[in-house]
Amino acid sequence: MASIDYKNKLLTAFDESVDSKKGVRQVYAPYAKWLGGKDFSQLAQKSRDAELLFRRVGITFAVYGEEEGAERLIPFDVIPRILAASEWAKLSAGACQRVRALNMFLNDIYHGQDIIKAGIMPDSILTNEMYRPEMQGVDVPGGVYAHIAGIDIVRTEADTFYVLEDNLRTPSGVSYMLEDRRMMMRLFPELFRQYPISPVEHYPQLLLENLRAVAPRGATSNPTVVLMTPGAYNSAYFEHAFLAQQMGIELVEGRDMFVKDNAVFMRTTEGPKKIDVIYRRIDDDFIDPLAFRQDSMLGVPGLVSVYRNGGVALANAIGTGVADDKATYTYVPEMIKFYLGEEPILSNVPTYKLSKEDDRKYVLDHLAELVVKEVQGSGGYGMLVGPTSSKAQIEEFRLRIIADPDNYIAQPTLALSTCPTMVEQGVAPRHVDLRPYVLTGKTTSVVPGALCRVAMNEGSLVVNSSQGGGTKDTWVLQC
Amino acid sequence: MGVAMLSRTADHLYWMARYIERAENMARMLEVTYRMSLVQNAAQSEAALWVPLLHISDTKEDFHKAYDEVTAHNVIYYIAMDSRNLSSIYNCLRAARENAHAVRVAMSSEMWENINSLWLEFQQMDKKLILESGLSEFCDWVKSRSHLFRGVTYGTMLRDDGFRFTRLGGFIERADDMARLLDVKYHLLLPSASDVGGAVDYYEWSALLRSASAYEAYLKVYRDAVMPLRVAELLVLRQDMPRSLHACMNELTTILDQLTGDAGRECKRLAGEMHSSLHYGRIEDIFRGGLHEFLEAFLRQNNRLGIEIQRTYLNAPLVNEPEKVNVVGGQTQSQSKVSA
Repeated sequence: MASIDYKNKLLTAFDESVDSKKGVRQVYAPYAKWLGGKDFSQLAQKSRDAELLFRRVGITFAVYGEEEGAERLIPFDVIPRILAASEWAKLSAGACQRVRALNMFLNDIYHGQDIIKAGIMPDSILTNEMYRPEMQGVDVPGGVYAHIAGIDIVRTEADTFYVLEDNLRTPSGVSYMLEDRRMMMRLFPELFRQYPISPVEHYPQLLLENLRAVAPRGATSNPTVVLMTPGAYNSAYFEHAFLAQQMGIELVEGRDMFVKDNAVFMRTTEGPKKIDVIYRRIDDDFIDPLAFRQDSMLGVPGLVSVYRNGGVALANAIGTGVADDKATYTYVPEMIKFYLGEEPILSNVPTYKLSKEDDRKYVLDHLAELVVKEVQGSGGYGMLVGPTSSKAQIEEFRLRIIADPDNYIAQPTLALSTCPTMVEQGVAPRHVDLRPYVLTGKTTSVVPGALCRVAMNEGSLVVNSSQGGGTKDTWVLQC
Repeated sequence: MGVAMLSRTADHLYWMARYIERAENMARMLEVTYRMSLVQNAAQSEAALWVPLLHISDTKEDFHKAYDEVTAHNVIYYIAMDSRNLSSIYNCLRAARENAHAVRVAMSSEMWENINSLWLEFQQMDKKLILESGLSEFCDWVKSRSHLFRGVTYGTMLRDDGFRFTRLGGFIERADDMARLLDVKYHLLLPSASDVGGAVDYYEWSALLRSASAYEAYLKVYRDAVMPLRVAELLVLRQDMPRSLHACMNELTTILDQLTGDAGRECKRLAGEMHSSLHYGRIEDIFRGGLHEFLEAFLRQNNRLGIEIQRTYLNAPLVNEPEKVNVVGGQTQSQSKVSA
């Protein structure tokens, strides 16, 4: 496999397939051998086959602001990302540890607030926009808030992983983990005979088990679980439909449900049917026009009141946003020590808070080297990647920071690891990240796999699908 | 025996099937008219040949808003492709796909992929080519995609209420389309009732039979020349003829009986009434009272049944507004549509 040649010399990144002596890393050796026996044109044909299949299945997402009904494919790369069993052991333990601590933090921050009393976090967290006073003192089933968490992890060296952010609201993308795997098995069955790849196909069943485990006390032994979607025009609609189908549960919209006698019902052809657990893929703001945004047409009036009274369970809970806020992120290592009495297995990226004067001064002096993000931004919007931005873009961002410093954090530009990727000219290194999905019900667990996002443009560090990022199948080896 | 399903899901499935069936019937009528236009007939003007299509689909008025002249080209485009025509094949397929997209969870993945690829194929077609020389192939394509849809539904869908609502939509639509087709054709081909037993234009009547895939069946059943009375008998009363009104009502009454729950009393009553008039009816009696009057009454009842199904099962939460007012043979009836 070719050695890596960067245009942007600032970034000399670790490549997932290359060892320190510029040879092929052990986990990639059988793949490299297999790839060596292939023509590029064969691989390109497989790539086209995949696109055709994805289109037929309708694995598409709607793009905001484009013509109604416009549907796009997320680019799929036919070259997998391969992780050794030992690497995964660390990553999965670290991700689960984080989610356990974050759930305890959420329970604490909406109850006794011990972490503030202990002086670890400032009480300014309580005035954070994502903090929901409505949730104060509310006991959620099992004390679980983030039932589904997507932990974004990047790698910079063979042994160095960082958590970039925790997604605790309605993390998406898991359908790509599952569909990419299905596609790879279809395109390259021979590789699955050569590699001991951990299966991920049981994710929907595990998810359903976890959702059933948090049914409210009044529910029967066979609780009714539904998936709530904003509707067919939502960008993640395919995933909502896919997961509902794989779990065998109803896919409901707000208009299918109503509240009566402290319970939530759905309208069926046989009359109303009571719902116990709602896996909602709709933001807090839109879930109940009586509680949050009054103009929301997507929610169910009165739902939050039933929820607060324990008549229905929501996954994820309302108010988890306070824990995945980029300002809260910096405290997660402390949370792990405070709640679990453990050392963090995975590190945070060093983060500058622009609300602090020292940090702000440093950041404004080094904008060209740093990544600056909005505290509540997501999807790769509202961020500045210093090394790949023009002078004008940097100056424009500088003004935005000065106008509202509390709204930003900054991090060093990490040289995200690269992975061999199919591009027009051949196989080339592209930057990747990794999002395992951590599930919590009675216990916290993760299936051995993840969404691997890849920045398809040369040198780009932005992997978000809304910014032209693609996906890869992630192979976690069993041994 | 069944599991309760979301009203909205049932609604989307029902309309998905209706739109596929409507697209198929539009293609059938289009194809037959096109074939007839290839048979030289100096006595008939181009307009006279194509106008009935607009009557059947109740789009004559709207058509004239969009076009000055009834020409083969205009009518073909209007029925096949025009987005301004709510019942064009284009709009039917689009609406079927949108309804399917909204409830892809409720059907087998093969069904969804089938409808999705149908829509993708349609989008990629060379529309100009269809109009110039490929109309028969296009109509065949629509029909065969509809057959495929029916086949994949029968072959893969769980026999739950979702399956039943899908079939319900198909048969309500088929009954409606067939009754309209017959009504308009008789109206135009046979202005005087006394001609019923007489010799008629062989091409016209065999074309009508062909549009219902009933030509071979006619020959097999009657072994005789094509006569209006028998054509009507075959397409209205024969229950072994799968596109006849009687066959549709057989299916509809059976499906309604199988639906879970007790809500459907009025639906069953209406369907039962319609069914018995076909089951015990005689074609001579129907002609005595006037076939047109009979079909008109049937269309009214079928429409009422559709509304009742909608009200009882499909839109607990939705308000379903009549989308347009249709006029068949001077009678008013409404038709409704749910957009995805």
